[in-house]
Amino acid sequence: MSILVDKNTRLICQGITGKAGAFHAEQCKAYGTNLVGGVTPGKKGTTTLGVPVFDSCSDAVAATAANATMIFVPPPFAADAILEAADAGISLIVAITEGIPVLDMARAVAYLKANHPTARLIGPNCPGVITPGACKIGIMPGYIHKPGRIGVVSRSGTLTYEAVWQLTSLGIGQSTCVGIGGDPVNGTSFVDTLMMFQADPETDGVLMMGEIGGNAEEQAAALKAKGLFTKPLAAFIAGQTAPPGKRMGHAGAIISGGSGKASDKIAALEGAGIRVAMSPADMGVTLQSALRD
Amino acid sequence: MKVHEYQAKELLKKAGVAVPAGIVAATPDEAAKAYDALGGGLIVVKAQVHAGGRGKGVAVGPEVDRQQALAIASGQAPRPDGMAKGVQLVKSAAAARAAAASLLGKTLVTYQTGAQGSPIAKVLVTVGHEIARELYLGLAVDRALQRPVLMATTEGGVEIETVAEHSPEKILRVPIDVAQGLLDFQARKIAGALALTGDTARKGVVFFKNFVKLFLDTDASLAEINPLIVTDNGDVLALDCKLNFDDNALFRHPDIAAMLDPNEEDPSELRAGKSGLSFVSLDGDIACLVNGAGLAMSTMDLIKYHGGEPANFLDVGGGANKDQVLEGFRILLSAPQVKAVLVNIFGGIMKCDTIASALLAAYEEIDFRVPLVVRLEGTNVELGKKLLKESGKKIITADGLTDAAQKVVAASRATA
Repeated sequence: MSILVDKNTRLICQGITGKAGAFHAEQCKAYGTNLVGGVTPGKKGTTTLGVPVFDSCSDAVAATAANATMIFVPPPFAADAILEAADAGISLIVAITEGIPVLDMARAVAYLKANHPTARLIGPNCPGVITPGACKIGIMPGYIHKPGRIGVVSRSGTLTYEAVWQLTSLGIGQSTCVGIGGDPVNGTSFVDTLMMFQADPETDGVLMMGEIGGNAEEQAAALKAKGLFTKPLAAFIAGQTAPPGKRMGHAGAIISGGSGKASDKIAALEGAGIRVAMSPADMGVTLQSALRD
Repeated sequence: MKVHEYQAKELLKKAGVAVPAGIVAATPDEAAKAYDALGGGLIVVKAQVHAGGRGKGVAVGPEVDRQQALAIASGQAPRPDGMAKGVQLVKSAAAARAAAASLLGKTLVTYQTGAQGSPIAKVLVTVGHEIARELYLGLAVDRALQRPVLMATTEGGVEIETVAEHSPEKILRVPIDVAQGLLDFQARKIAGALALTGDTARKGVVFFKNFVKLFLDTDASLAEINPLIVTDNGDVLALDCKLNFDDNALFRHPDIAAMLDPNEEDPSELRAGKSGLSFVSLDGDIACLVNGAGLAMSTMDLIKYHGGEPANFLDVGGGANKDQVLEGFRILLSAPQVKAVLVNIFGGIMKCDTIASALLAAYEEIDFRVPLVVRLEGTNVELGKKLLKESGKKIITADGLTDAAQKVVAASRATA
């Protein structure tokens, strides 16, 4: 097993005829993901990467029985694309797009909760989800991963690759790696992901990469402290040297009004008995020691 | 994106949120004319800079030591007589002219601007009111609730963070439904919590509803009215206002995007933004160029962990092409305090040999005055390192994050 994606995942790509969508859909397919179609309004009836292109998600689902989508739609239209996918009955929506207005996401998340409570949105502004050796949905380089039993969850892209690479170099394989994204309002939190890993019999422990801004890491610490997450857990928090009030690349990475500081997050995690790597070079070995605890 | 108080008040007024009458002025003469146009009496002249703390701030010319100015603005040093404050009360057109003259063209230093201060290009000339009560109203997206939350408290005129720390029970928090805006009963509840009664309560309800509508309609990211005042006449007015907007939504608000004041922005950050780079200036002497925001923040942390001080945050995006690397290097090296540069790239889908070629091409075009340490990881990493080593350039290659950090810290000390 694993979480979110496996060999049975049937993927479509919204924005498949755009440059980034086409490139990454092809990479996913090459990795072995079962890509069954694409959606670009107005491109109905054409074929790309050997799969049919549809005008809408509902047409795509009717023709291909797709159960997952990867979204590369430009920011002004991306929130709508998420809702269109949910409305078509797609259960896993992975939104890669960076730069979606925050209030668009607030509206989209509220709509999903009210109308499609079982749809799972990952992202936006994320690298995607991968179950090594089985299914890759996103922009991460596939070859750095190794099938195994450690879950990875992160708000970042390249920092996740760095962490995964450290694990793989130590011979530690991954069950599923989830990029929840760097935006302030997103579909899936650390807590949501940890609960999925907790329920997955094939995940033995989790490596989590957080960063400044918000309090999602503190909530994850509380989950562990309350005994709701019982597996070995190691963490790293990026942004210990970030100044307050400045957005550090990600829309969500900002210390505001004294909250969202790395030091508070690290204190909360350590207080819950979670091992925290102090150097980004030590993410892999910190998980390794958490497994031995 | 931030805007000035006068711009924020124009937006409030247009949205039906009551503000004191005011006129913006760019010269002392305009300020004197504005005094008369507003009908005279008690008038306030306010320096227009993005930072808070203007009332206690000091307007200084180039002759004044900025550290000293900061100490005065922060209340840590005595204020000499005649040193201009950022907000001044005037009772005549001549006094308005003098107040404007003491501010325009000067630099305002407040506890929020830091020692470098902010240039004053405009003043807001605005009607002074007899204040019966000072209240607070704020609106921002609550990340845990995933929606905007309005905060109201009777503790106006002080920072909301202070109230939140010392008396959180005095803050009323009202979650906003993004599809519905502020509902009538919620607006009445806020009026009640702020102890507004009768006609003043009715004015408050209109104020609150229009304030929330403005936030939603303009894709604001932060809106603060502090203080929100009740006048002796029972009017509810926004005496001061801070509005920030979501950069990602500016594409649908060209009128707001046009309000950007480039003088308030860090020139390197503006320049980086134009090339699609994400850059933040810091105080240290080790510059870094990284792909991806999370890895870029981690690289800063790594430098600090090994005893160095990062000079900046620079994310060149998931890939890293020659033009971006070149512009990135130019921005990094424009900071005079930089003593060494660390490049940290995780080449995923973009191969390390491609990145190495881009680095070499950029290096070729620049007078690299300080040591450059490069750490590559990912696809074709050996080929990438080989290209760097055999280039004959004075580039230090590193194996792994720790090695890279140690080498760049050592190189920065050798330069110093």
